[in-house]
Amino acid sequence: TKLTGIVQSKFSTSEAANSFEDISTYNNFYEFGTGKADPHENAQDFQARPWTLEVAGHAEHTGRYQLEDFIKPYTLEERIYRMRCVEAWSMVIPWVGIPLAAIIKKTAPTSNAKFVRFETLNDPQQMPGQRSRVLQWPYREGLTMAEAMHPLTLMAVGLYGQVLPNQNGAPLRLVVPWKYGFKGIKSIVKIEFVEKMPETTWNMSAPHEYGFYANVNPNVAHPRWSQARERRIGSGLFASKQETLMFNGYAEQVASLYEGLDLKRNF
Amino acid sequence: MNSLKQIRFVWKPVVFALCLLPALKAVGDTFGWTGDLGANPVEALQDHFGNWALRFLMIALAVTPLRQLSGRNWLSRFRRPLGLFAFFYALMHFLVWLILDQSLLWQAIKEDIVERPFITLGFVAVLILLAMALTSTAGMRRRLGRRWQQLHYGVYLAAILGVWHYWWQVKKDISEPLIYALILSALLGYRLFRRWHRTHRHG
Repeated sequence: TKLTGIVQSKFSTSEAANSFEDISTYNNFYEFGTGKADPHENAQDFQARPWTLEVAGHAEHTGRYQLEDFIKPYTLEERIYRMRCVEAWSMVIPWVGIPLAAIIKKTAPTSNAKFVRFETLNDPQQMPGQRSRVLQWPYREGLTMAEAMHPLTLMAVGLYGQVLPNQNGAPLRLVVPWKYGFKGIKSIVKIEFVEKMPETTWNMSAPHEYGFYANVNPNVAHPRWSQARERRIGSGLFASKQETLMFNGYAEQVASLYEGLDLKRNF
Repeated sequence: MNSLKQIRFVWKPVVFALCLLPALKAVGDTFGWTGDLGANPVEALQDHFGNWALRFLMIALAVTPLRQLSGRNWLSRFRRPLGLFAFFYALMHFLVWLILDQSLLWQAIKEDIVERPFITLGFVAVLILLAMALTSTAGMRRRLGRRWQQLHYGVYLAAILGVWHYWWQVKKDISEPLIYALILSALLGYRLFRRWHRTHRHG
């Protein structure tokens, strides 16, 4: 389905976007299987509509919303972002979405809200990957309030001007372009404002390999592989990897969020 | 045609052709004739060759148990070619990594081999298989005498390192490396049991 009323964003990169095929057939979405081709194969019948979103925690306007009603007041923006996976590959993706900051402002969090925590749908009937205990379900993620309010942080509902494909996290997913892709939690059913740093799925699974922040950082290697370079999907068999940029190339906009933080320890 | 000739002129070429199929499939997929390599062709080729290296190692290691259990001694004639195919696929896996993945950037390659334990394991396994492949001729076997056998026991270590390398490489879902680990345990367990059985019978 085509989305209407989309405006272009000044935050878009001018780099060439990956093909729709690459973006929608090469996915990490363990709820639909651990292989890269599994989500495309297993998410076709997933019911992303109707969808209920719960807003909870330290905020004035909490409650359960129909997703369509929830996003109606906002203007959709197309944002072409680099996406860097923790597995050292990357893509350029034309998302369509709403800045998370706009949603948060309307939700009116109280002063107790220090972090935002997100939760994916837990439905093994529809999500065959959840029938195996490869991760602890439901998938959960989190951001500091400052990260969540940053103008680059996006709640995506579309891709290439169309409604988001199921395998890319329909109907609602988080996009934080300066962080590794696993922070981009998919098929979100709950947004909660909390006081303490929330538990996050990959960190729970392997704390020495995946931190809470998960900022793209070429100087901090994953314990098992280097993060200095990345393979750009779609560059072909004979292209060499390209250098990974600090904060995935968004350092100018986001480095100030982490002033005084030891990024080697807070990886 | 006697059976020796039959093995040499019929069965060996047949097995050889079968063993080449995964390589042909890789070539066909690369050029889009038999399928395609998907969004990340380098990773797809690396995984393909790595998987077949492990499969051929398991197949080569299964020859001796099968021969002993079935009493079909002619099976041993397939041990060397199967082992060489395991080396061939491991070498392809290594070369795809070296050339296509790392683009022959020696500094990064050295760093990976030294600092990333799972790559160290795979690299050592390839070196062992290389040493075995280079000494696999009858002439080298004669020349090396008892040391030849010692060197070629290295296949056990190479297989363990290969499976361990795969296990360590996957992010979370260990189901496939687990299958290799179970098969390898059975193949090595059989040998240990046989050895224990023999020493106890004679002891």
